[in-house]
Amino acid sequence: MTATDYNSVMARKNDIMKKAVGIDYSRFSRGRLVFDYERMMEEVGYSLEEIKRIQAEVGVGNTPLLELKNITELARKLAPQGKGARIFLKDEASNPSGSYKARRASVSVYHAQKHGYRGVAAATSGNYGAAVASQAAMRGLDCIIVQETFDSRGVGQPEILEKGRKCEAYGAEVIQLSVGPELFYMFLKVLEETGYFNASLYTPFGIAGVEPLGFEIVTQLKERINRVPDAVVCTHAGGGNLTGTARGLKKAGCDETEVIAASVDLYGLHMASDTDFNLKSFTTGHTGFGIPFATWPDRADVPRNAARALRYMDRYLTVKQGEVFYITEALAQLEGIERGPAGNTSLAAAFALAQEMDEDQVIVVQETEYTGAGKHPYAQLNFARENGIEVKRGNPDKEKGGESVIIPEDPTQIKVRPLDLKKIKKSYLKNVIKSIGTTELTEEEIKFLSEEINESQSVVKRMLDEIE
Amino acid sequence: MEKVKAGSWVQVKKIVLEPEERKAKLPEDTKKVPLELRVKGFLMEDARVGEEVTVKTYIGREIQGILEDPDPSYEHKFGRPVPELIPVGRELREILKKRGLNK
Repeated sequence: MTATDYNSVMARKNDIMKKAVGIDYSRFSRGRLVFDYERMMEEVGYSLEEIKRIQAEVGVGNTPLLELKNITELARKLAPQGKGARIFLKDEASNPSGSYKARRASVSVYHAQKHGYRGVAAATSGNYGAAVASQAAMRGLDCIIVQETFDSRGVGQPEILEKGRKCEAYGAEVIQLSVGPELFYMFLKVLEETGYFNASLYTPFGIAGVEPLGFEIVTQLKERINRVPDAVVCTHAGGGNLTGTARGLKKAGCDETEVIAASVDLYGLHMASDTDFNLKSFTTGHTGFGIPFATWPDRADVPRNAARALRYMDRYLTVKQGEVFYITEALAQLEGIERGPAGNTSLAAAFALAQEMDEDQVIVVQETEYTGAGKHPYAQLNFARENGIEVKRGNPDKEKGGESVIIPEDPTQIKVRPLDLKKIKKSYLKNVIKSIGTTELTEEEIKFLSEEINESQSVVKRMLDEIE
Repeated sequence: MEKVKAGSWVQVKKIVLEPEERKAKLPEDTKKVPLELRVKGFLMEDARVGEEVTVKTYIGREIQGILEDPDPSYEHKFGRPVPELIPVGRELREILKKRGLNK
C-alpha cells in the first residue's frame, strides 16, 4: 500500500502533479532557473479566439463595463481643479459564479473534460472554488474543493463559509480544513486518490482564461468613448488576475496603459497562524498573498506558475480594510451596485488615484464580485468585533491589522499607500539566489530575470550586486 | 441520545495530522493543534453523534470521520447593520449635493 503520511505524499508531489495537470513543465525549463514562459503560455494554453469560444459556450465573460458617474463626480469634488479621471468598473460579478474567477475555471474545466478526466479538484479559499464547481456542473464533471475554513475552535470566517456554501450549492464536495499550509498535502492526497484534474489557479489555462478580461476592457471602452484606458487597477493576491488582465491589454494593443496592483494592507498578520486566521476582515486580495506571490510566484501548486505579476506590474499600492468597506458603501449608495467587498479593493485605490489624474483620463477597475450573507461589510465587521477587533470611524492611516478596522470619517481620507516596487523586485531576486544557492549567474539567467521583474539587464545586475 | 438515521445529510470531522505529524515550519500556535478536516455527506449507517462513521459525499466518495453534526446548517449571515457604516451613504450624498466643494 502506498504510504499517505505527510512526508511520503509530499515526496510524490511532482508525479502527482504531472498526472493531475497533464503538463510536462520540464519541457520549458533550461537549467536550474530559466524557463520559456511565453512558449509555455503558447503551447499549453489556448489562443484568445479559442478561449472566447470556450467561454461563450458557458456564459462566461463579456461582462458590462459600467461608468461610475457619481463616484467620479465625488472624486472631482475632492480633487484640485481639472483633476478627477473618469472611473469605469468591469462588472465581473455578472459571471455565472459571481466573480471573474469563472474565466479562470472555464478553460481548466473545458480542458479537463476534453482530456477525459472524470472530475476536477481545486485548492482555494473560495471564489475560485465556486467558479470551478459552477463550471464542473455545466460540463457534468465531479468537483472537489479543498478549502482552509476554520481555526482550531472550529470557527469559520464568514466570507469563507459563504464561499464554501456556494461550492456546495453547485454540487461540489467541499473538504474544509483548519488553518495550515498542509492544505497542499491534503490536496495532493485528493488528487492521488481520485485521479481528477488539478484545476489549479496557476496553470497556463487559468491565466489565459483571464486574458479576454483585459481585451474586453479595451474594446468596450473604445466602443463607448473611443479611447483606451490610461490606467487599470487590479486587486492583487496570487497574481493571476493582474497577469491575465495585463496580457489581455497588451493583446489589444495597449502597451501604454499603466497596470496598477492594489492589495488590502494586512501587515502584521501571519497567514499560517491559527489565532490570526480569524482576525482578518479580508480573505483574499490582501498583502498576505500579494507580497509572497509577487516575490516568489513558484510557491504555487504547480511547478511553474503562469501568474507572474512582476512582469506586468507598473505600481503596487495598498489600501486599508476600513477604506474598502467605506467604498463598498459608496458603490451601493451612489451607484446602486452592491458588490464585494474583496473585489472593491481596487475601487478604493482607483477612487484615490482618479483624484491625481486629469479629468479627461480614464481609470478602469477591472473586477467586482458578488456579495451576500457572510461576504458583506456588515457580516465582516460584526465578526471582527466578536473577535476583539476595534471597529470605529477615524483616520484609516491608524488602522492596524489584527487590532482595528477604521472606517474613514470623510472620503478625503481614502488614499493609496505605494509599496516600493524596486524593493519587491529585489526580494524576488533574493529568493532566486536562495533557491539556486549561488550568486554566479549566466547571461541567459540575467536576461530571464530581467524579463521576470521587467527591468533592464543592467538594473538586474546592479540589484544583484546590492544583494551580495 | 437518539441515533441519526442512515441517509441523513450530516457533517463529519477527522484529524488529518496530529500536532507532531505536522509540517516542521509553522507558527507556534498552529503547531500546537491538529490539522482537522470537516466534510458533509450522507450517513451510511445509523449512528450517534461522536461515533466513528462513514459518509458518502455529494459526488459519491466515501469518507470516514467522527459524526459531528447530524443536521449541519449555514449559520453565516449579514448580521446587524454596523453603526459606523450606516451614515456613510447619506454623508456622501450630501457632499454630492453641495456643488463646488474644495474647488
